[in-house]
Amino acid sequence: MADTGAPLIEVKNLGVRLNTSRGPAQAVRGVSFALRRGETLGLVGESGCGKSVTALALIGLLPDSAVISGSIRLEGAELVGLPDAAYCKLRGNRISMIFQEPMTALNPMHTIGHQVAEPLRRHTGVSATEARQEAIALLDRVGLPDAAKRVDAYPHQFSGGQRQRITIAMALACQPDVLIADEPTTALDVTIQGQILDLIADLVAERGMSMILISHDLGVIAENVERMMVMYGGTVVESGTTDAVFTRMGHPYTQGLFRARPRLGARKGTRLTTIAGTVPELADLPAGCTFADRCAIVEGRCRAALPAVVDVGAAHGVRCIRTDVSMAVGGVGA
Amino acid sequence: MSVFFLRRILTLVATLFAASLIIFLVLDALPGNAAQMLMGADASPDAVRALTVKLGLDQPLTVRYLLWIKGMAVGDLGNSYVYGTPVAGLIAERLVLTIPLAIMSMLITVVLALSAGIYTAANHNKLGDVGVMSLTQIGIALPNFWFAILLILLFSVKLQLLSAGGFAGWDDGVWAGIRSLLLPAISLAVVQAAILARVTRSAVLEVLREDFVRTARAKGLGKREVLWHHVLRNAMIPVMTVMGLQFANLLAGTIVIENVFYLPGLGRLIFQSIANRDLIVVRNCVMLLAAMVVTVNFVVDVLYAFIDPRIKVANL
Repeated sequence: MADTGAPLIEVKNLGVRLNTSRGPAQAVRGVSFALRRGETLGLVGESGCGKSVTALALIGLLPDSAVISGSIRLEGAELVGLPDAAYCKLRGNRISMIFQEPMTALNPMHTIGHQVAEPLRRHTGVSATEARQEAIALLDRVGLPDAAKRVDAYPHQFSGGQRQRITIAMALACQPDVLIADEPTTALDVTIQGQILDLIADLVAERGMSMILISHDLGVIAENVERMMVMYGGTVVESGTTDAVFTRMGHPYTQGLFRARPRLGARKGTRLTTIAGTVPELADLPAGCTFADRCAIVEGRCRAALPAVVDVGAAHGVRCIRTDVSMAVGGVGA
Repeated sequence: MSVFFLRRILTLVATLFAASLIIFLVLDALPGNAAQMLMGADASPDAVRALTVKLGLDQPLTVRYLLWIKGMAVGDLGNSYVYGTPVAGLIAERLVLTIPLAIMSMLITVVLALSAGIYTAANHNKLGDVGVMSLTQIGIALPNFWFAILLILLFSVKLQLLSAGGFAGWDDGVWAGIRSLLLPAISLAVVQAAILARVTRSAVLEVLREDFVRTARAKGLGKREVLWHHVLRNAMIPVMTVMGLQFANLLAGTIVIENVFYLPGLGRLIFQSIANRDLIVVRNCVMLLAAMVVTVNFVVDVLYAFIDPRIKVANL
């Protein structure tokens, strides 16, 4: 578990403003967290809640037009405003990312060996032969069958699960400190999802990496990370250890998300529970709590200003002014 | 790879065969007797009949067709009805101009278009992009003969650097030949480069939106490295398709520019032969054009397979 040393990555009051076709949108605001070496953090929320934008901000790959405020520090060094050339030295080297779509994340024109070796050649200055050997070793480690034989094959010759293994090998090539996995299994068959998540978990433990796992799937989050943040409308509405969040669920949105998950064994014909209403447009977020329009226990003052984070337990924060109701025994969360 | 080649070559041969049939039948169906045309309306029927026999026009259709095919196989295309000299020689004289002109023009096109297309895509929506794209818009709108006249006014009349027309041939050295083809090559290249630049730009922009570009960036590659190592090769397929069409067009469709510059190219030969009813020349020239277009397409197809590893497997 976490040691008490200085955080590896520390995000304070991160804000991201994007230029969308509907005008400027505050895609992320007030996101803060710290991650020590070896810790794992999950980001959960619906599409458009700002979780992927947060990840791209960390790795410095937001579009040029995005305006980033706040602070992201990697071992104390500020990353916000870092010139691209300097950021390039970190990406793929100290911070790596695995993306959602393995079918399109690889360049169809290059062999997989070349693509896995690329970060090594870029960051470590090893020779082409050494990089190739290392690429084979990495592909072997991520469980690609016949890695030595298939190193010169092209992406289209592999299945989705195999391609995701290849992108994992690529992300791990330079032994990064931080691994960001953005919906790494969403595009995969259910039978493959578990294997890939186990592989990621093994590698994170084996190499002592910190991991930020992004998912809309509460099950994936529950099983794979120590701490989690629930995002909605660009803000973190609840954060804490995974156990605490799942057992106590302070925010009405977290509770809704939990109730909305499909369950095996439900009687046939039972309708899936949903959260009423739709996700607010980031281009025109309400002034107060972003969840106000969909919340069952909303009251007038919820709409006045963005609620502050309320501590409801050890390192368990909820951005809601009505936790007295939402967390009451037999309350809406039950 | 060998299966791929075999299939492509079989397609090529089949296409040429079909083209030869169509060309032969269409020209044969034209009204008017070539012998009568050559000798004029006043010629005696006996003389016309004698010439008909001499030209082999009295033979059945299939025999004449097979004789033509056989002649092409051994390089004997027959003699021009009008000049009496071998058709092969007439065509060869024109090809020493047309092929170098097409290559020069294509080179200029590619250099201009790729640099403009890549530059504008890399600077998408910035001032340079807007500026260069406006220029290409003008380039597309320009009639190439008018632009050719402007070039003559500037380089030949005003600066007296290059001759206003004619072809120096290759006997006085390569440079003399190139010099005399420079202005026509540029005139032909400008419009084509404008079109190809726009194709290149949109192809590059499309690839820049691909997920693997973000993956490459996430590995720590800079924008420029991503562009050169990951984007361009992916963007080349649509660019090469248009390049192939343009090159074929340069071989066949340059008659306007040939006339502006008094160049004895293939286009003028075809035009004159049609006017003279020299059908044996027309037939062989059109067949040659068909063969060149089919060959260019074949080369483009093979290049696709070299560039994109997915095509070999698909056995396209």
